[in-house]
Amino acid sequence: MKFGIIVFPGSNCDHDCYHVIKHVFGQPVEYVWHKSDTLDGFDCIVLPGGFSYGDYLRTGAIARFSPVMEAVVKFAEAGGIVIGICNGFQVLTEVGLLPGVLMRNKELKFICETVSLSVDNTSTRFTSEYKGEETVSIPIAHADGSYYADAETIKELEDSSRVLFRYATPEGVATKEVNPNGSVNNIAGIMNAGGNVMGMMPHPERACESELGSTDGRGLFESLINSLVAG
Amino acid sequence: MKAKVYVTLKEGVLDPQGSAVMGALKSMRFSEVSDVRIGKFMELELDADSKESEERRVTDMCEKLLANTVIENYRIEFE
Repeated sequence: MKFGIIVFPGSNCDHDCYHVIKHVFGQPVEYVWHKSDTLDGFDCIVLPGGFSYGDYLRTGAIARFSPVMEAVVKFAEAGGIVIGICNGFQVLTEVGLLPGVLMRNKELKFICETVSLSVDNTSTRFTSEYKGEETVSIPIAHADGSYYADAETIKELEDSSRVLFRYATPEGVATKEVNPNGSVNNIAGIMNAGGNVMGMMPHPERACESELGSTDGRGLFESLINSLVAG
Repeated sequence: MKAKVYVTLKEGVLDPQGSAVMGALKSMRFSEVSDVRIGKFMELELDADSKESEERRVTDMCEKLLANTVIENYRIEFE
């Protein structure tokens, strides 16, 4: 099994993802420069956080036209597993692999803090290891993380249990008070209908080693690795 | 030829920047302001002669890149 981490000009969490996959989980991983037009040999593609192309115009808007994104779309359409973290989530919505859009935070500020999340569906390849441990602490670091989609799309996401993570109290209740950025229904992470593409604003790769304050991000990578081993 | 592109938020989409600016205007005693919506304005210099064919191409630019039609509307003017 091999992970590929897409590197756009302006990505800045690519090394964190590489470190965690290689040194914490001992899995093969390679960087993929945004000019690459093939993803042959990879089993899982990670779009990391950062400020691709300076986030000019809209977050993720220019990155989605990188040559590699055509390959990412083909990879996903063929059932390949793709995860987008933070800026990676924004790119996935811009390219249309995930619905909705990430807008400016309601308080207009860049927020960098550890938040509580509820894991709302633990029957997915991204979250299976969270079974029995349905609230986690994972950091966020973004200015544009307010998830928005029209009412019909939100209903479809909710009805099909495709909201995987939600900003919540430590007890797992999604209240207005703990919604850091104004996301509709406190949405922090979603997956596509096919169950192979996932995007989330929080940074699980920053919560995989106890030295960094939390190991709650490990479940995501463990779930993924287990699903890939199981084929 | 020059194309002017106006990108605005759709109705019903929250605009926290607009709300903040409205708050500032109110505190400056411009009490008649009841709403502020912030959008984007872009000027495109075009090497082209035919407004008709460019209209299609600039529309394409808006659909693909300049606006995100999930949350934004756009309007094009030529001069």
